[in-house]
Amino acid sequence: MTDVKNLEELFQAKIDAELKIEPKDWMPDAYRKNLIRQISQHAHSEVVGMLPEGNWITRAPSLKRKAILLAKVQDEGGHGLYLYSAVETMGVSREQTIDDLLSGKAKYSSIFNYPTLTWADIGAIGWLVDGAAIMNQVMLCRTSYGPYARAMVRICKEESFHQRQGYEIMAVLAKGTPEQKEMAQDALNRWWWPSLMMFGPTDANSPHSAQSMKWKIKRQSNDELRQTFIDRTVQQAEVIGLTIPDPELKWNEATQHYDWGAIDWTEFNNVVAGNGPCNKERLAARNKAHSEGAWVREAAVAYAAKKAKKKAA
Amino acid sequence: MSENPNNWPLWEIFIQSKRGLDHKHVGSLHAADADMAIENARDVYTRRNEGNSIWVVKSEHIHASRPEDAESFYDPADDKVYRHPTFYTMPEGAKYI
Repeated sequence: MTDVKNLEELFQAKIDAELKIEPKDWMPDAYRKNLIRQISQHAHSEVVGMLPEGNWITRAPSLKRKAILLAKVQDEGGHGLYLYSAVETMGVSREQTIDDLLSGKAKYSSIFNYPTLTWADIGAIGWLVDGAAIMNQVMLCRTSYGPYARAMVRICKEESFHQRQGYEIMAVLAKGTPEQKEMAQDALNRWWWPSLMMFGPTDANSPHSAQSMKWKIKRQSNDELRQTFIDRTVQQAEVIGLTIPDPELKWNEATQHYDWGAIDWTEFNNVVAGNGPCNKERLAARNKAHSEGAWVREAAVAYAAKKAKKKAA
Repeated sequence: MSENPNNWPLWEIFIQSKRGLDHKHVGSLHAADADMAIENARDVYTRRNEGNSIWVVKSEHIHASRPEDAESFYDPADDKVYRHPTFYTMPEGAKYI
């Protein structure tokens, strides 16, 4: 009989040797709990993330943009599914995971509690929100839990079109009429800081980060990812003639990175606590879709039973 | 598991990316029956021409080896190097072997 301490050492040795952990392997309870929370939050973010963009499907400015947006939103639904499946491999039922979202017990990325007021917001979401998500997701392709890593590889392959379509929307608007350019700038102004918040608290205020790094769930810290995102995005904004809404933003020759202003963490904490502009609306929309879809789930089960009966006869 | 009977069962999805290749496991999804599982798998796993054939198997029908037994289970293969072609010394000069 191997004792738990020994099992934990073997587990950590596997992680240190860059071996993936698979569903049936022994794992510490805290590792399992941590991953269930992280992956399900990630899944919920994909699903709730369809709402702010869905808001513009019927009002996209052209058939081309509408087709693109539909495909993107469909991808997000698919990403939610890959991630829900990964959660399920840890022994939690799909129903339980969904219930936790609907009841408000589970969290999702706070960025989706901001409204999409103009068409330019669809551009800003693709460019900034998906851009920030990609930074995190590329890192997670090498996460230690096999099913999560595999889901992330698939997601990253699909995600790069999302960022590019968003940046293209912004570029086209920025080259358009003065009103269109102003609309693009306004969207950048509103989405910039919430996008930076997506990387989570600063390393100094992120108590679970060290353990997640040791277990190789995460491989880069929140601050490292945030800095890389800023360094890349500033250049992209310059190319299309938009201004990052941060007066303190300045290239630092010594560090070879941008210095930048302070994030308003009070706002972040408020939105996480449920007081963002759209928290209630998002949850209500998910609950409505789920309850109004109940008859479809029931009808599919009844139809499957009827077909099986016919086949047996 | 005591679950709501209206919950759809879980299916494992295998996709063949090209004629002549193996079907490969890509993930899982819930569906009321096999036909629906295949249609959903098409929507979820082949949106970018990832495959031209889909197999679906109810997850409850998959049986797996036990990771904790892996060492003893696979060790019969460890001491049989003569199963590999590189084990054999070929006479100098022999061709096409």
